[in-house]
Amino acid sequence: MIELQNVTHSYGGGELLSDITLRLQPGSFHFLTGPSGAGKSTLLKLCYGELRPAAGNVQLFGRDLGDMDRDAIAHARRRIGVVHQDCQFLDHLPLRDNLALPLAVSDRDPAAEQGNLDELLSWVGLSARAGARPPELSGGERQRAALARAVIMAPDVVLADEPTGNVDWDMSQRLLTLLVELNRMGKTILIATHDLALIRAAKSQVAARVLRIKDRQLQLAGADL
Amino acid sequence: MVLITLRALIAGDPQADRVVPPTGFTVRLTMFTAGAMAFLAVFALALSLATGRLADRWSEALARTATVRISAPEGQMQTQTEAALQVLRTTPGIGEVRALSDAEQRALLAPWFGPDLPVDTLPVPQLIEVAETGDGYDAEGLRLRLSAEAPGAVLDDHTRWRRPLVQAADRLRMLGLVSIGLIGLTTAAMITLSANAALAANAGVVRVLRLVGARDVYIARAFVRRFTGRTLQGAAAGTALGMLAIALLPGVSTAGGFLTGLGFHGWHWLWPLIIPIVAAGVAFWATRMAALRMLREIT
Ligand SMILES: Nc1ncnc2c1ncn2[C@@H]1O[C@H](COP(=O)(O)OP(=O)(O)OP(=O)(O)O)[C@@H](O)[C@H]1O
Ligand SMILES: [Mg+2]
Repeated sequence: MIELQNVTHSYGGGELLSDITLRLQPGSFHFLTGPSGAGKSTLLKLCYGELRPAAGNVQLFGRDLGDMDRDAIAHARRRIGVVHQDCQFLDHLPLRDNLALPLAVSDRDPAAEQGNLDELLSWVGLSARAGARPPELSGGERQRAALARAVIMAPDVVLADEPTGNVDWDMSQRLLTLLVELNRMGKTILIATHDLALIRAAKSQVAARVLRIKDRQLQLAGADL
Repeated sequence: MVLITLRALIAGDPQADRVVPPTGFTVRLTMFTAGAMAFLAVFALALSLATGRLADRWSEALARTATVRISAPEGQMQTQTEAALQVLRTTPGIGEVRALSDAEQRALLAPWFGPDLPVDTLPVPQLIEVAETGDGYDAEGLRLRLSAEAPGAVLDDHTRWRRPLVQAADRLRMLGLVSIGLIGLTTAAMITLSANAALAANAGVVRVLRLVGARDVYIARAFVRRFTGRTLQGAAAGTALGMLAIALLPGVSTAGGFLTGLGFHGWHWLWPLIIPIVAAGVAFWATRMAALRMLREIT
């Protein structure tokens, strides 16, 4: 699905990530941890082509990112649901339209998917807030909305950056259940998080691999979790 | 692809419209500019059409006739007129030749001296009307022969004053057309600038749209629709005001010269109606170019 080979990235200064190799197999479930500033969000951005690697190779659905133009990347993004760490909504549109945005930009008729949209809204507990604009929502509500938007296109892969950063334990369990459910439907999941308790909770539900960024490298975390 | 975009533009896609937040000030400026430019374009168009009419009328009506004026002492008037007529009739390139009767001359002079002018008793020159045929005649040769046969005859072929006038009218028409072109280019430049400003101000929106898989054409379309629509509205208002201003100009009178002729005649009133359409086309093209270029640069 998504493959990084010997990828190196830097934001102009020193190398932030070096020689990273990661393969997201279809149906796999990964966690990505590491201290703040380690480059988790950066690695996720490399996985959906927002950033291009300084060295190494990124493949999206079998195609080399270097060979893809912006249209091809746009098409690939429709198969990748992203929960951005800072959510990224259009603040002037109500939540409902924001959730329908991926449908609209891929020329699907949002009106035809109203049922889907309603179901999704109640799934993340935001039915009552559908008319609110994103700045009027709490941090946790925005995160739930971001997750709903990430899955509305029924993507093959979901990349979630701190999806439970701002929610209480009960809600984070619900979101996790939701992601596990998606994984059972065959979706590939990658979650970047500091929340070790969440990872432990997940491990009882799903065969998840836990990766850690340490010293610019990606390692498989062991039983120390 | 342009066709699809155009169809989407006409069919309307409210969702695509709304992804761009209201760009209030920029878009209102665009509307105002489009209106002002359309207003100016109406006048430039009126000028071109009026001078075009003028140039055509002058060169057509005047090119074909000339006058020979004979001033001679009372006794020689008749003979010199006969001689001049003889010369004219034998000149190649001249068609009909006709000495004006006293009644006609009196009618010509009436506006200046009143109807009771005693033409017979005054030393009024005799006028001969000369109509040219196809290729025209050699004016210099004719003058020489006239001065030999009828010393009191003067050929007035109007060209002396006609040529510069027709040239001036032609030049004015050109200037009008150049003005319309410049107005179009200025509009394109203004719209490009404001589209760029709007895109720059909405970099965050572009980022979100890209994140959820929007292609460049989708993002560009949202901006193009916004600017094309507003330009069309502004230009329509400007054109309407311009046409109203022209309609309210003092009426065209027969004695009126160029100034009162500055208007649209008959079906020419349809011409200014294409101004808003052209303006919208310019806006469509300019915004699309600006948007696609800008989107290529933001990666
Ligand atoms: N656009 C950017 N330009 C320059 N530096 C950046 C940029 N984005 C991130 N960085 C830097 O790169 C480093 C890694 O950032 P990143 O967001 O990937 O960390 P993270 O592991 O997601 O951290 P957190 O857990 O706090 O979200 C940080 O030091 C950050 O300051
Ligand atoms: Mg981060």
